[in-house]
Parts: sequence; C-alpha cells; structure tokens
Amino acid sequence: MSDTAQSFPTRVDISLTVNGEPVDARVDVSRHLVDFLRLDLGLTGAHAGCEHGVCGACTLQVDGEIVRGCLMLAAQLDGAEVWTVEGLTETGALADLQAAFVERNALQCGFCTPGMLFAAADILAQGGQPSRVAIREHISGNYCRCTGYEAVVDAIETVAGARARGEEVSA
Amino acid sequence: MLLFTLQKAGSPEDAIAAAQAGARYIAGGTTLIDLMREEVERPERLVDINALPLKDIRVEGEDLVFGALARMSEIAAHPDVLRLQPLVAESLIEGASPQLRNMASIGGNLLQRVRCPYFRMHDAACNKRQPGSGCTALDGLNGGHAILGTSEQCVATHPSDVAVAFVALDATMRVRGPDGERSFPVEELFRLPGDTPHLEHTLLPGELILEVRVPGGAHARQARYLKVRDRASYEFALVSAAAALEIEDGVIRTVRIACGGVGTKPWRMRACEQALIGRPPDRANLEAAAKLALEGTRPLAHNHYKIELLPRTIARALEMAGELA
Ligand SMILES: Cc1cc2nc3c(=O)[nH]c(=O)nc-3n(C[C@H](O)[C@H](O)[C@H](O)COP(=O)(O)OP(=O)(O)OC[C@H]3O[C@@H](n4cnc5c(N)ncnc54)[C@H](O)[C@@H]3O)c2cc1C
Ligand code: SF4
Ligand code: FES
Ligand code: FES
Repeated sequence: MSDTAQSFPTRVDISLTVNGEPVDARVDVSRHLVDFLRLDLGLTGAHAGCEHGVCGACTLQVDGEIVRGCLMLAAQLDGAEVWTVEGLTETGALADLQAAFVERNALQCGFCTPGMLFAAADILAQGGQPSRVAIREHISGNYCRCTGYEAVVDAIETVAGARARGEEVSA
Repeated sequence: MLLFTLQKAGSPEDAIAAAQAGARYIAGGTTLIDLMREEVERPERLVDINALPLKDIRVEGEDLVFGALARMSEIAAHPDVLRLQPLVAESLIEGASPQLRNMASIGGNLLQRVRCPYFRMHDAACNKRQPGSGCTALDGLNGGHAILGTSEQCVATHPSDVAVAFVALDATMRVRGPDGERSFPVEELFRLPGDTPHLEHTLLPGELILEVRVPGGAHARQARYLKVRDRASYEFALVSAAAALEIEDGVIRTVRIACGGVGTKPWRMRACEQALIGRPPDRANLEAAAKLALEGTRPLAHNHYKIELLPRTIARALEMAGELA
C-alpha cells in the first residue's frame, strides 16, 4: 500500500458498543450507520426511509444524543456508544412509552415508531410536563404518514404526566 | 454513493494538510453526506474534523465565541447565549429538528448548500451543480427563490438561519489555511452568484473555519428572529428577519436588521436601519423603514408574494424585539 492509500483508507476498523455490547468491525467508509446496524448487525429497528435526513425513521441514540442514522458514517463511530430500539426495549427504558403508544393507538403501520420513540424519550428525559406545543416541536423531525400525530402527542403527554407523578410503569 | 476515502484529523494542522492534498472537511455530515448520496457532491477524500479542539462556547467580555465544531443544539441551549445573544439561540432553535441540531456544527451550517430542488435533480439543468448547463428555476418552480442578489445564472436563496443572525449582529469569523490565520466579517463569507454560481463562499483552498465571534451589547440582548414558513416548524424560511434594537429615551439608538429567504446570501438591510436611527419605534416608523428593504428586489414568476411579505416580516420582527424591553 502506498502512503496515500494508508492515510486515506476506504475500509476502517471500528470498535464501539451497540446496545451495551462491544462490537468490532471492519467497515467500508461509505457504510451509513443505519445500514451498518441493519445489514451488518441485523438490528432492523432503526428504519431507512428517505435517507436524506428529512423523515426521522432512522433516529437512534449515539453518545446519549438522538441523531439521524442515515447521515452518519459507521466509520466515524469508533469508540461511540450506540443504542437502538432493540436495546432500549430490552433494558425496559421505553416500556411505559411503548405501552402508551399501544394504548393510545399512536402507531398504525409502525414504520415511524422506533424513531418516534427516540424523539419522545428525548423530550421526556428533560423531565417535567412538557406542553403539547413543546411535544409537537420536539417530534417535528419525525414524519408519520398514518396517525396524524394527535395520538402520538397524547401518548407522550400521558407518560410525561405519569412519570412526573412518579407512577409505576404499566407495561 | 461514489467511492471515497476517510481520514481522521488529530490537529488543525493535520486537517489542513489533508485538505491541501484534496480532502474535504466533514463535521456533522448533515449537508455533505446527504449530497454525496445524491452524487451532487463528489469528494474522493474526506477528512473528519470532529476530534479537533474547536467545540468550545465561551464568553469574552460581552462577546460570545463559538468553536466551529460547537453543535447547533449546544449553542441554542447555552445559558450565556440565551442571556447575551437570544437572537442567535432563537435562529438555531427555529432551524431543522432536534436530531439534526445535535449533529450539525456551526461551521458546517454556514457552508450548507442551497435547497433549490433542481440542484439535486440530475436531469434538470443547474449552473450551480454543473456550470454552464443553465438554470431550471428561472422559468420553473421558483416560489421559494430569491428576490435579491439574483443573476441570470442562479436565483437560489441561502438557506441558513443562524447566518442571518450572524450577519445582523456583525459577527466575524477566524479561519486558518496553509498560509496562516485571518479574520473577517461573516457577511463576507458569502458570494453573490453572478456568473459563477458554483462558487459560494470566499474561503481559500484548504481554509478551516476555527470560530465565530458575535459582538455583544444592549442591542444584542434585545433581539429576535422571526421565521415565516409553510408550516410552524421543521421547514426552511420563505422570509425571515433578524432584528436587534437598542432604545434610549423612547428613540432607537442602535438597530440591526438582516433577512433570510429573500437573498442569494443572508441580506443585511442597512437602508432600513439608517431610516430608524433617532426615531421612536412606533408601528408607522417601523413599516415605513421596512419598505426600504424592497429597493433592488427582482421577483420571479412565482415569488411575488415575498414583496409583500418581506417588509411585513421586518416590521413584525422589530416589534417583537421592542417587546423584549
Ligand atoms: C432535513 C434538514 C432540515 C434542515 N433545516 C434547516 C433549517 O431550517 N435551517 C438551517 O439553518 N439549516 C437547516 N438544515 C441544514 C443544517 O443546519 C446543515 O446541514 C448543518 O448545519 C451543516 O453542518 P454539518 O456540521 O452537518 O456540516 P457538514 O455536512 O459536515 O459540512 C457542510 C460543509 O461545510 C464544510 N465544513 C464543515 N465544517 C467546516 C469547517 N470547520 N471549516 C471549513 N469547512 C467546513 C464541509 O466541507 C462541507 O462542505 C437542515 C438540514 C436537513 C438535513
Ligand atoms: S437557482 Fe441556482 S441552484 Fe437552482 S437550478 Fe438555478 S442554478 Fe441551480
Ligand atoms: S431515513 Fe434518515 S431521516 Fe429519513
Ligand atoms: S404509524 Fe405509519 S408512519 Fe407512523
């Protein structure tokens, strides 16, 4: 390999944690995070919709913050901590939200749901009882073509209230 | 996506050396990765600058300084920004969505590319994407396009919101290139399309944005951003206005106005500002001054509405700033 090829590689080795598990992989630098998760790791929870950063279906968590999985390269994530909906389902962190989504019919086809749950969990993590306007604003980057959003806002509002009152998760 | 290579820079010197060898900087990737997928951007080499120590947000006197890699979300939520530069925070919150703001850097924001739909359509002529091919928007769907600073070659608006706030507040930026550092007003970063719409900014080859400095003052604390758009959130501006005011003894002492959604670059409204100095900030004065923004405007077939909307947006933004007192 020439010097230039070494300093400008097309494949790189990465070590990261995904849903709390260590993962070592050699990836093409052009592999998007959402494709890495879905195609290489078999974690299909984060969906690939528009792949332009617009729809929010690919929303997941990297280093504690919600991001667009379609606009990140897996190669940039050496050392990162990634959580997908599968992981947060297993830990139970989303259990009350998921129950409220079902209860309120906040999903129909479910395509937007994993991303929507992350956006919802993000505003809930700020604590307190956010207004419906604040909830709408926070999920504005997550498109849903089925529910008309009203039920989604209901579900988030309900969980915020329950958490603020310190009620137990009813999963 | 076309094939490319990726390298990580450990220091600004590394990054600049890589750029000199032909690499493009990548920060949040929210503009670049999207356009690479479309093959509108075709860099063969990327250099990831996210590990560089350019993330801080600091106060120096009344000025705020943002490292180029500070994220939109971090700046928007920073207590000193909310206290000293509410306009900057508001312009950031009004842009994109939480996930995107967590990713997007302030340096990348200033260099984001146009949202003209034809820019992304390989089967439509676009001088910006392919110099000399023509401009489909001139006689096409141009309802969202510019009325100021246009040329026969390109009529696309600059899409950044925070750039409008920066231009209003006389922000400056510091950059470093192969030949050293320089500072200049953010307003001078942007080029008019003229005959070369594919050239959008004045950075020299290899120059890395280090930081943006926003001067503070009484007017900066009394400043608002009004973004008029097709829906209430998560949409680019049809027309936007950044307005900063300092009122003393009932008259305007300092005023700054810049607009988005109307120009091929963020547009400072100096004639409006001059007309307001020394006047009471009443509705009649604000409206009369706001009309001066129309000088030199050239509407296209579908964006005449901006002629009406622009002065109204300016007058309302000034009123909103006045209400902060
Ligand atoms: C769906 C969607 C909606 C959006 N809505 C809005 C909106 O309403 N308002 C708004 O203002 N913006 C909006 N944006 C744009 C977004 O703010 C920009 O994409 C973002 O700020 C770019 O920053 P980045 O760090 O991701 O840049 P990147 O994509 O990493 O880089 C962009 C460009 O800047 C260059 N660059 C980056 N950092 C540096 C540096 N330090 N020095 C020199 N060059 C550099 C890169 O080489 C590249 O050319 C939206 C984007 C999306 C995808
Ligand atoms: S307005 Fe500019 S970006 Fe849009 S088609 Fe014309 S040349 Fe291309
Ligand atoms: S798939 Fe990422 S935002 Fe649509
Ligand atoms: S439930 Fe179908 S897109 Fe939201």
